[in-house]
Order: sequence, then C-alpha cells, then structure tokens
Amino acid sequence: MIDLIFLAVIALIVIGLYAVMFKRNLIKIVVGINIIGSAVNLFLVSLGYRSESIAPIFTGTESLNMALATPQALTLTSIVINLAVTALMLSLVIMIYRHYGSLDTLKRRLKE
Amino acid sequence: MILENAPALAIGIPLFAAFAVFFIGKIGKRAMKAWVVAGLLAAEIFVIWLTMDAVSGISHFYAVGARFPSIISPGGFPIRIVLAADAASTLVALVAMSACLLAALFSFSFLKEKNAGEKFYSLLLLLSAGLVGLSFTGDFFTMFVFLEVVSISSAGLIAFFREEESFEATFKYLVLSSIGALLLLFGVGMFYGKYGLLNIGAIAALVAVEASFIDFAAVALIASALLLKCGSFPVHMWKPDVYQKASGIVSAVLVASGLVGIYVLFRILFLMLANTPLSAMIGWVIAIFGTISIFIGVTMALKQNSLKRLVGYAAVAETGFVLLALGTGLAAITTRDIFSFKAVVGGMFQLVNDALNIGLLFLVIAAVAFVTKKKKVGEVNGLAHKSPVLAVLFLIGLLAISGMPPLNGFASKIIIYESVYMASPVFSIVGILGSIMLLAIFVKVFVAIFLGPPYKGKIEPLPKSMLLVMGIIAFFILFLGLFPKQAIEFVFLPAANALVNSQAYIGGIL
Repeated sequence: MIDLIFLAVIALIVIGLYAVMFKRNLIKIVVGINIIGSAVNLFLVSLGYRSESIAPIFTGTESLNMALATPQALTLTSIVINLAVTALMLSLVIMIYRHYGSLDTLKRRLKE
Repeated sequence: MILENAPALAIGIPLFAAFAVFFIGKIGKRAMKAWVVAGLLAAEIFVIWLTMDAVSGISHFYAVGARFPSIISPGGFPIRIVLAADAASTLVALVAMSACLLAALFSFSFLKEKNAGEKFYSLLLLLSAGLVGLSFTGDFFTMFVFLEVVSISSAGLIAFFREEESFEATFKYLVLSSIGALLLLFGVGMFYGKYGLLNIGAIAALVAVEASFIDFAAVALIASALLLKCGSFPVHMWKPDVYQKASGIVSAVLVASGLVGIYVLFRILFLMLANTPLSAMIGWVIAIFGTISIFIGVTMALKQNSLKRLVGYAAVAETGFVLLALGTGLAAITTRDIFSFKAVVGGMFQLVNDALNIGLLFLVIAAVAFVTKKKKVGEVNGLAHKSPVLAVLFLIGLLAISGMPPLNGFASKIIIYESVYMASPVFSIVGILGSIMLLAIFVKVFVAIFLGPPYKGKIEPLPKSMLLVMGIIAFFILFLGLFPKQAIEFVFLPAANALVNSQAYIGGIL
C-alpha cells in the first residue's frame, strides 16, 4: 500500500519535470512546478501515516496510535510556501504577457 | 541577557524591520532610511559579536523551544530548533549581512529618482534575514523555509526596476530555485522517513554509524538544490542572465547569497560524508564542477558585449574557484593530508574575496551608470578623465578578481593553487590559466570604459554614500591583500577548522 504512494510520488515528479522542461507555455511550466510541489507534499504526508491512526491531539486521547505530527506541520508550511511561489510566478507571467504579448517561450519578441 | 539571544536577534531584527518599514515609511523618507540602516546595523553588530566569539573559540548554539533535547513532546519528538553560530557559519553570515548593509547604504542616492522606497528595502531586509537564517540554521526544515525566503525576496529584487527583460530573468530564476527547493524538501523527507529526525547534527551522527543508499540519495538531492543556488557548472545558466538584468546593487547582494549556498552545501557534505568512502568521489565531482565552471566562466566572458553579463560569467568562474578548493578539501579529507585542510582554508578565504571583488565590480558599474545616466555602460568611454575615483576603484576590483599581488585575490588563490596542485595538477593549472584570462578580459573592459579620448557627455557628481561604500570594500580588499597571514590566522583558520571538524558542530547542535 505504502509503496504505491511512493510510486505515485515518483510519477508525479516525473510528470512535473516533463512539463517544466518540454512545455513552451509559461502557465504550463507553473503548473508543472505545482505538480512537483504536490508530489513532495504527498510524500511528506505519507511518511507520517500509520494505519488505523488518529489525529495527534493528546488532550483526552484514548489511543496512542497517532499519525506523526511533524510531517503534517511540514506539509502545511510547504503548502503555504508553494502558494506564495505560485502567486509570484503567475504575476510574473502576467507581466511577461503584457511585455511581449505572448506566453510562448519561443515566440517572444519585444512589442514595438 | 540580550547577547545570549544574538543568533535569534540577528534573524529576528531584519525580519521585524522588513514588515515595519511600511509603517515607518508613512512618517517620511528620512525616518525610513534611518529605520532600514538601524535594522541592518543592529543585526550586523550581533553577527560581528558572534563572529568575534566564534573565532576565539566560543561557539554559540541557540535553542529555540526546548532548552534541552531531553524535553520532548508526548509523541516523542524534541520540540526545538537549533541555531548554530560557529566560526564558519558566522563568517558567512557576516559576509551576507555586510553585503545587504552596504547595498542599502549604496542605494539611498541611487533610488532617489527611481522612487522605489519601502518595497525595495522591505525585500532587502527580508533577504538579509533569510541569508543569516540559512547560514545559522541547524535543522533541515528551517533550511528549506529560509531557502524559499531567499528565493522569493531575491526574485522580487531582480524584477524590481522593471528594466527590459528583467521579468524573463526573474521567471527563470524562480522556476529553477523553486524546483531546487522542492528537491531539497524531497531529500529532507527521505531523511525524515529513515530517522524520524530533522536536526542536521543528529542525522549526521546516525549517518556516520550506518550509512546506506537512502542517505546518499538524500544528500545528492540536497546537494543538487544547493549547487543550483550557488550557480555552479551544470546549472550555471541562470546566473549571467540574472546578473545582467538585475540592477548592479541587487547583483552585488545576489553574489553573497550564492556564497551562502556554497557554505550550506559544504556544511552538509562535511557533516554527512566525512567518515564515509563516498567523500572522495563526491569531493572530486564537485571539484570537477568547479574546474568546468572556471573554464566556462572565462571562455564565455571573453565573447560578451554586455558588461554586466561579462561580470556575471566572471562570477561563475569565481564560484568555481571556491568549489574547486572546498571540493578538493572534501575529497582528500579521509587521508587527512595537510593540503586538504589548506585547500579548505583557501576556499573560505576565496569565498570572502569573491563577495568583495565581484561586489565591488557590480557597484562600480552601477555607479558608472548613475553618473553618466546611460542605460548601456558599454557605450561609455574615456571616463577616467572625468571621474578618476571610479577608474581607480574599478582597477582595484579587476586586479583583485584576477588574482594580482598585493590584493586579496592573490592571497587566496595562491593557497588554492598550491593545495590543489598536490591533489591534482591539472585542475590547478586550469585555475591559473582562468585567472590570467580574467585579467585579460577585464583589462580590455577597463580600457574601453575608462581610457581613450575624454568622455564627452555630462556627468553627475558621485554621491558621498556611494563613494563611502565602495571605499569600504576597496579598503578590505587592500587590507586582506596586505595582511593575509594575520587574516588567515584570525578568521579563516578557525572557520576552516569549524567546517572540517564536524564533531564540535554535532555536539553543540544535539
């Protein structure tokens, strides 16, 4: 079961890298980076997974079989950072589009 | 006591100042400038104090959260983040912080007409906090966070002046650095999956006992992310683009940020690999990357027309020297030869010189653009007649970068040549040739811009703040060149010692 998740992680990273390297549309490149980010987040969350576990809240708990808290904290932080980076990249894409009138990495010429 | 909290304050003060600068900016321009300088200066004083302590043998390890590692949560993990300020990390933090402070001082007169104000200084303060955090951090996840802080704030700075095509360079930088940061996070996840730990020292202590394939894969992922950050050979292509399109001030700060990347890379490699058979292989791979960086840097710099792009390629070559020296040091560490340690000393020295020399060149170029009001500095010629000060400063920078005696570049490069020659003569020879070619390239540039018939256009007087900043940098270039022995004994030997002998670091950080 857990191996399947790791395979999915690798597959997502490869898809993301493919999009970044071979797609010419800038938005697709941003999407590719987002896919890599999601893959890494999936990897982190699955590291903290325990079967049949409960949320790691210690007050008034019945069982101590809890999911690990640290990977979840890491994932939350990483999601926030990814959001910031995506917003920044998309705003750059808007600027580039205004400047060149195209999102294609090969067709870009300065607007006269 | 306030000094006990110095490692946290050196990060916290610029971080607070970065967000408060918008409110201070409402009062007035003067108040804002005073606020920015005060914030950076306070952090700089803390870093200097930490450096003085660290080089005299007292390293500060500051725990955020639980004071002792034995205090753990009910789940079993220690609730703490450790900031480590030893001789190596404080030296790098000092370089980064000084670069940000000098850039801020330099930019006051430069930005007057660009009407930039609070946003620029907010990003600069954020970048300085990120760089100091990156050099002090003792655990992997904080490293990822600070790496992203550095990426985002430097992306903002690169695109800031909206000059032609700066968006394209920023986009390239941001794509590469965010992929790098995600690879780093993936590697960190692998370490966490195996050990359930994020503390670098604790992981290093375990790797030394039972190194396996997972550890090496994680180290490779993290190392590739940091190589990307410092712009060495296989991933050097963003560097000239970004340095060309960004303003000269921003480029000078970015040089320091790349050097912090090199330091973090070697901190991790020395910690994780020093006791494993892989150290020789990884060390040589990085030394080869460094040598190819030198080669590519100088050969590409030869054919550039844009001056800033040329200096950008020279920066790739200079990064190569640091990687060559530290890589050789890592490769030879298992045999404990004397030249291995010597190479590390030379590498740390070259790291500081790199920031000084390339920083000075970028600032002189920015100053030339400021006084002549030309967009392309390449169109200027015969400026030495009108502004001899700039000519002298550029001359100092170019002689220092090409390793001419009596300047600092010579002092560090001679150590690198000597020690690398013992390990591999070929790399050393490539280094010497690269250095000579840099001299040829920069003399050509110097002749084109400063010599020839007197400059015809109008020129503005050079503002005092710019002169002060460039004077300070030139002073340090001369000082390190004239008294290398004292500087090495006082700063660089303890720094190299702290980097190579990782036991003290692991012990402090646990």
